[in-house]
Amino acid sequence: MAAAASSALHAVGAVASAKPRSAAPAVARRRSVRVAAAAKGGPGSSGRGRLVTRSAVAAKADEAAAAAGSKSGGHELLMFEALREALIEEMNLDPTVCVMGEDVGHYGGSYKVTKGLAEMFGDLRVLDTPIAENSFTGMGVGAAMKGLRPVVEGMNMGFLLLAYNQISNNCGMLHYTSGGQFKIPIVIRGPGGVGRQLGAEHSQRLESYFQSIPGLQMVACSTPYNAKGLMKAAIRSENPVVLFEHVLLYNLKEKIPDEEYICCLEEAEMVRPGEHVTILTYSRMRYHVMQAAKTLVNKGYDPEVIDIRSLKPFDLHTIGNSIKKTHRVLIVEECMRTGGIGASLRSAIIDNFWDYLDAPIMCLSSQDVPTPYAATLEDATVVQPAQIVAAVEQICQ
Amino acid sequence: MAGAILRRVTPTTASPRVAPLPLPLPVPLLARGVSDSTDAITVSTSVPFKSHIVDPPPREATTSARELLAFFRDMSLMRRAEIAADSLYKAKLIRGFCHLYDGQEAVAVGMEAAITRADAITTAYRDHCLYLARGGDLVAAFAELMGRRDGCSRGKGGSMHFYKRDANFFGGHGIVGAQVPLGCGIAFAQRYRKEGTVTFDLYGDGAANQGQLFEALNMAALWKLPVVLVCENNHYGMGTAEWRASKSPAYYKRGDYVPGLKVDGMDVLAVKQACKFAKEHVLESGPIILEMDTYRYHGHSMSDPGSTYRTRDEIAGIRQERDPIERVRKLILAHEFATAQELKDMEKELRKQVDAAIAKAKESPMPDPSELFTNVYVNDCGLESFGVDRKVVRTVLP
Repeated sequence: MAAAASSALHAVGAVASAKPRSAAPAVARRRSVRVAAAAKGGPGSSGRGRLVTRSAVAAKADEAAAAAGSKSGGHELLMFEALREALIEEMNLDPTVCVMGEDVGHYGGSYKVTKGLAEMFGDLRVLDTPIAENSFTGMGVGAAMKGLRPVVEGMNMGFLLLAYNQISNNCGMLHYTSGGQFKIPIVIRGPGGVGRQLGAEHSQRLESYFQSIPGLQMVACSTPYNAKGLMKAAIRSENPVVLFEHVLLYNLKEKIPDEEYICCLEEAEMVRPGEHVTILTYSRMRYHVMQAAKTLVNKGYDPEVIDIRSLKPFDLHTIGNSIKKTHRVLIVEECMRTGGIGASLRSAIIDNFWDYLDAPIMCLSSQDVPTPYAATLEDATVVQPAQIVAAVEQICQ
Repeated sequence: MAGAILRRVTPTTASPRVAPLPLPLPVPLLARGVSDSTDAITVSTSVPFKSHIVDPPPREATTSARELLAFFRDMSLMRRAEIAADSLYKAKLIRGFCHLYDGQEAVAVGMEAAITRADAITTAYRDHCLYLARGGDLVAAFAELMGRRDGCSRGKGGSMHFYKRDANFFGGHGIVGAQVPLGCGIAFAQRYRKEGTVTFDLYGDGAANQGQLFEALNMAALWKLPVVLVCENNHYGMGTAEWRASKSPAYYKRGDYVPGLKVDGMDVLAVKQACKFAKEHVLESGPIILEMDTYRYHGHSMSDPGSTYRTRDEIAGIRQERDPIERVRKLILAHEFATAQELKDMEKELRKQVDAAIAKAKESPMPDPSELFTNVYVNDCGLESFGVDRKVVRTVLP
C-alpha cells in the first residue's frame, strides 16, 4: 500500500528530484533567484526552476521573489503556518504520513505547527506521546521500518539529545547494517537555537551533534517559503531527514505560492547576489547577515549572501560557484564554534576551492559557552550584525 | 519425560508448524520408522505457567509427531550452527563480537511455531538463530559472520545485525534495549494499518533494567499496541547475575499494569503455548510480557569464557536436566516417533549441512571496496553523498 502511494507521489507535479549539479541559477551579471527546484525526471535532467529578476537587498524574507512567479496571487502566512500547510498537504496525499510528539495532538503543538491536525486526521495519525523522547523516537524509527512515514517532533531540539542513541544507531545506520533491506523515511523536526532568555538547556543547537551521523540528512529552514518546501521534500524523501527550525522564526510572515511546490533538500538558496564576498549562513543568522548587508551596502560593499539550507550534505556546487566569483568567504552561523557546521564547511571549502581563495576563510559562530540567561550576555553569545560588518571589512581589506 | 500425560485426540485439532527452515529435508531423513504423522497428541509442559494479572494458559499443549521432529531438527541445526560459529571464531574467521544462542533454541523455535511470517520479530544481538527460524539462509548467515559479500547484510552488518525483511525479522541490534521501542514502533505500524498481526519484541534480563523499556511499555499499554515483550531471561546480564543487577528479578511482573507470564524457556512446547496465548491476548487487549526462563551455555559472547561468574557444575547441571533438545528427544523416543539411531543420523546429516554451508560461505569473496559507500542513503533524488562535502577520500591500504 505504501509502495503504491509513494509511486503515485512521484507522478504528482513538483518532485524534489533535481540533482543539485543542475544548471546554475546565477548567470554571471544577472541578479536572479531560483524560485523552486521543481524538476521532473531523474538524474541528468536540469532543474527547471523559474528565474525571477529582483532588485537590491531584501531585509527579510524576499516576499516579492517567492510569490512573484506564482500564477495566482499567492497567500501570506507565518512560518509555523507554512510548516503546517506542508504537513496537511502531505498527510492528505499519503495515508502513511503520521505525526508523533509531545503535545502535538490535542494541544495543537507547542509552536502551533500541528494545530488542528488531530481534529482533521485523528488521534492515531497525530499522536500525543508521553514525555519519553528516547522511546518515541525509537518507535518512530520502528514504524518507518515497517512502512510508515512518521514525522517526529522534538518539542525543543535539545530534548532530542535523550534520543541520540536512537537517532544515531537506529535511524542513521539501519539502512546500511541491514545491507539496504530497510529504509527509514522519517522526519525529525523541531525548534532549536537561541531564543529570548530561555536558558542554557533550552537554547541548544544540535546541528553539530548530528552532522557526523552517517545516513542522516540535515536541512535548516529560514523562511516560510523554504520551510514549507523543505518539509514536503523531507517527508517525501526515503532517507531520514532532520529539519532544524528556529524558535524565533515561527512568526515570520511571507507570501508563498498557492500552487504546490517543493524545495530541493540538497540545495542552497541565493539570497542576495554580489561580487565582493561570499557570506554563507543558515537559519536565524540569515537575518542578522541581511541586516549587516544593509550597512555594508551603504559602506560600498557588495556581499553575496547564500543561505546554505542543506547542512548535510553541503551544496558545494552553489557555494563553489560563488567562491569562484568572489574569492572571499565568511561563514556566519549560530552553531557552537567547536565542531560546528562552520568548522566542517570551512574544511570542505579548503579541500575543494583552495585555489580560488584570496583571503583566509572567516567563521563567525556562537561562543563555546552554555547560553546565559541575562539578556546582554545572551546577545553576546550569538553573532550580531556589527560583528558581521567588521568581519567583512577585515576580509575585504 | 516423567509425568507427561499422553492422550490421543482427533486429528482436526492438530496444528502443524507453519513454516519449516528453508533447507529441504533430504528424503532419506524421513526414512521408514521416522513418523511423519500429524495426529494430534497432548503433552503437558514441564511446569505450570506463572502469571501476573492474567489467567495463564493451560499446561496441556497440543503437538504432533511431525511437529516434534521438526522441533528436533530445527533446534539441532541451530545448536550445530552455533557450535560451528564458535570454532570459526576461534579460527579467527569470525571477528569482533559473536553472541551465541546455544541453550536458548527452544525460544526461537517455539515462538516460530506459534506465529506466522506476517508477524514481526525483533531482538538484540543474540540473533543468529532467530534469523534461521525466520527462514534465513544458512550460507548467508555464515557469510555475514565472516564478513563476506553474500552475507545477509552484504557483509556490512556482522553478527549483531542480521535482518530479513521479507520474513518480518527486524534484527539484529547492538545497543542493549534500543530494540524495545523499535519493536513497539513496528507494532504501532501494524495497528495503524490494521494488519491484525503482532510483534514479538525480544530483550534480555540485562536490558530489562533499561529506562526506555518502561517508556515503551507505557506507550504500548496506553495505545494498546499489539506487541509481546519477550524477556529471554538467561539469568546473566553479560557477567552480572540477575540477582546482582535487578532489585526484582521477577521480570514478568515488572510490567505493573501490563500482564505477564513466566514460561519455562527450555521447553519448546511451553514456549509455543505461551506465544500462541500471547498473540491472541495482545490482539485483544494490548501488550503482555513473556519471561522465558532460559539459559545460555556459552558466555555472553566469544570474548567471555562464561565461567568466572558461574560454576561449571551449574552449566553442566542445566545441560543435564533442562536441555531443550534432549527434552524433545526423550519425548520422541517415548512416543516411538523415531528410534535413537534415526535421531542420531538426523543430527549427523544436519552437521553435514552446516559444514557444507560453511564451506560455501567461505568461498564468498570480501565485499567490493565500493560497498563502503553503498546503502548509506537510499539513492533517491539522485543523492550521492557520504559526508558534508560529498567527497570520497580514497586510500590504498598496504
